Amino acid sequence: MEQTVERTMRQTWAFVFRGFHFFRRYLSWEIVFSFYALTTSATVALIGVAAADYQLTLTLVVGALLWNFLSKLYQEIALSIALERWEGTLEYTFMAPISRLVHLCGVSLAAMIYSLMHTIIVLVGLLLFTRLTLNGANLKGVVVVLMVSTLAFVGLGLMAAVLPLMSPERGAEATNIFQGLLLLVSGVYYPVDVLPRWLQPLSYLSPATYTLSACRKLVGIGNAASTEQLLAGASLSAVVPELSVLVLMGVVMIPTGLWVFGRVETWAKHTGKLKRTG
Amino acid sequence: MSHPAIEVRHLRKVFSKRAGLFKSRVAREWALDDVSFEVARGETYGLLGPNGSGKSTLIRILSTLLIADGGEVRLMGHALPEEHAEVRSKIGRVSVDAAFFKRLSARENLLYTALLYGLATRPAELRVMAILEQLGMEERKLSVPLEEMSRGMQQKIAIARALMVNPPLLLLDEPTTGLDPKSRRDVQTFLEQLRRDEGTTILLTTHDMAEAERLCARIGFLAHGRLVAEGTATALKRRAGADNLDDAFIKLTGEELLDEEVEETEAMEEV
Repeated sequence: MEQTVERTMRQTWAFVFRGFHFFRRYLSWEIVFSFYALTTSATVALIGVAAADYQLTLTLVVGALLWNFLSKLYQEIALSIALERWEGTLEYTFMAPISRLVHLCGVSLAAMIYSLMHTIIVLVGLLLFTRLTLNGANLKGVVVVLMVSTLAFVGLGLMAAVLPLMSPERGAEATNIFQGLLLLVSGVYYPVDVLPRWLQPLSYLSPATYTLSACRKLVGIGNAASTEQLLAGASLSAVVPELSVLVLMGVVMIPTGLWVFGRVETWAKHTGKLKRTG
Repeated sequence: MSHPAIEVRHLRKVFSKRAGLFKSRVAREWALDDVSFEVARGETYGLLGPNGSGKSTLIRILSTLLIADGGEVRLMGHALPEEHAEVRSKIGRVSVDAAFFKRLSARENLLYTALLYGLATRPAELRVMAILEQLGMEERKLSVPLEEMSRGMQQKIAIARALMVNPPLLLLDEPTTGLDPKSRRDVQTFLEQLRRDEGTTILLTTHDMAEAERLCARIGFLAHGRLVAEGTATALKRRAGADNLDDAFIKLTGEELLDEEVEETEAMEEV
């Protein structure tokens, strides 16, 4: 039993180990990606600064930070298979004696650590562009919501990860379209009710909608009691409805993602799609 | 009861591909057609055939990466695809293209594999060092990114990766193709030692008749997905009435070992 646990931990750690060395070896690209993420986030946040509206600025900053975290998380998981196909290592990972659950948990853990680091860099950078105070914001509550919403995003990522397995090039393209759609419908920088009526139902299907709604309440955005110096962040109990939906989405999406992954893996083994050029 | 290392019975694999102007026609190509053979534990068995003959497809099925359309496969007594988890912990594979994360160093790639197999990194690293020393590679090269290594060095790292987990069964898909003569000799000598010292079973696919004759106790000729002949090199030459294995191959299969055909699974699509 102890040996099995140790072995599983090592196998999970393999993906974090690989991610760390990727980060190190592609450091110049990481700097470029972080710089780009920071400048685009700052550009959005400065719209609020220009309007001299701290609530708007806060809305945009929270939106930019959460989107940085959630989109990176989704992207890292969704493109993990595509990356291995490009490198040609996919067959070696798939023939290793590791259960698909542990494999995908490892990929998700590495993605979470990477996304968190990336978001912290953007957060520190944004503080240079805005003079926002977070006094009174329920930051512990924000962390709880982020952790819970990761479950749903991991599930989404797992479902999207199979697309490059089915079609190497078009699959990677489809994951980007899906990510763009999430950005559009989740109300990252605006309330979802400004979306065209026909598009609004999609916002209810996106976990990011609930994450953003909960985090805004916890930070104190939209609360009449909030002032520029002291925010009136809500308690965690005020976001129980959003948390419940996120938990439900995670409970549904992770097993669904694993099931879809398993089905597509079997299909790929029938058709020879695991091969780099296949 | 000790099972043979590899038991393959009436194995079939067909790939389908859409063809024609509007991709409305479905072309079916047999990659493997009723292939049967056995490899005893500790034996080195060679599969010879031109590109497109089904060698890589066969290796992929044995590696749990492809599911056959018919027939039976058992490795070390475990049936595929049902017992793939047991099989995976008993096999190592080296393919013609040494697939690695090319920006990472050899050490980083190998330690990643060690962790993926649930091994402690230090003992795995020591084993790798010992293997690479036997293959004539210096330890300092381990810190070099794979993309800066020659093909011969990459292939030696690939062999070390496959053997790091000490598998009782090694599947080698053209491991020496494209290597310089010295690297080729290093690899061949190492494989001989491995079989002799550790009793590892080796299934080797190759185009190189001299290599097959040197390393393999028995050889199978694969052509158009069919195993047309098998036996010792001497028996095959005698049966064909040929002086060398090249001529025996041509006489028994009716074709030459040329690299003209495309790999069988390329651009194939399930329909």
